[in-house]
Amino acid sequence: MSRNPGRPLSPHLTIWKWGPHMAVSILHRATGSALAIIGGIGFVWWLVALASGPEAYATFLKVATSPIGWIVAIGLSWSFFQHMFSGIRHLLLDTGAGYELKTNRAWAIATMVGSTVVTALVWAPIIARH
Amino acid sequence: MGTGTGIGRVRGLGSAKSGAHHWWLQRVTAAGNLLLVLWFVVSLLRLPLMDHKVVYLWLASPLNAVLLILMVINTFWHFRLGLQVVLEDYQHDQTKILGLILLNFYAIGGGALAIFSILKIAFGGVPA
Repeated sequence: MSRNPGRPLSPHLTIWKWGPHMAVSILHRATGSALAIIGGIGFVWWLVALASGPEAYATFLKVATSPIGWIVAIGLSWSFFQHMFSGIRHLLLDTGAGYELKTNRAWAIATMVGSTVVTALVWAPIIARH
Repeated sequence: MGTGTGIGRVRGLGSAKSGAHHWWLQRVTAAGNLLLVLWFVVSLLRLPLMDHKVVYLWLASPLNAVLLILMVINTFWHFRLGLQVVLEDYQHDQTKILGLILLNFYAIGGGALAIFSILKIAFGGVPA
């Protein structure tokens, strides 16, 4: 499994001009990893606290409603919608559709616009209540 | 190998010997997640999350408990497959093996903790 460092690597990130299709691809990985690790730990903590009783749940809420808790929650919700829209894009690409340059670019941009709009729609009424 | 149909001759070849199954399960769990996590997100938005008793009673209902257990299995399986690919792409040598072992511990351990908590609430009855 060892790599010979003398051999050249494919010149991907350092060579190509950045475009929406590249951004959406790495965002899919970044948001998926964030959801799995940060979202996963937060979700398990929420469930364990809920099952452990009102005091443990109050401790969870104290952290979740702290300024950092709000930022993490909003970030995770955007990550979820980005990963969801990007995932739907991947399922469509799997059918062989959407590889024309303009279509591909439009779908990539649509996932980012969609995730930002839905995140704003979800949080606007919650923030308005506080 | 070497006789039989075209598909029979190529099955099991290639450097990894497998992979299509991983790829397919990633898609199947993605489709499941689309339904289950959207249900969960809508539920969270409708619940008074600050109220322990209301959230507890919501999760104690059989339908919600089963849907959430299914969501745990589906999402944890999905990220277990996804993070495996991320690790394989960026980590090599022993760190990859160690990373994959830790990933399995995390996905199975976290999933077990989540499912047990749901079952405890579902079977535990109404809190005093």
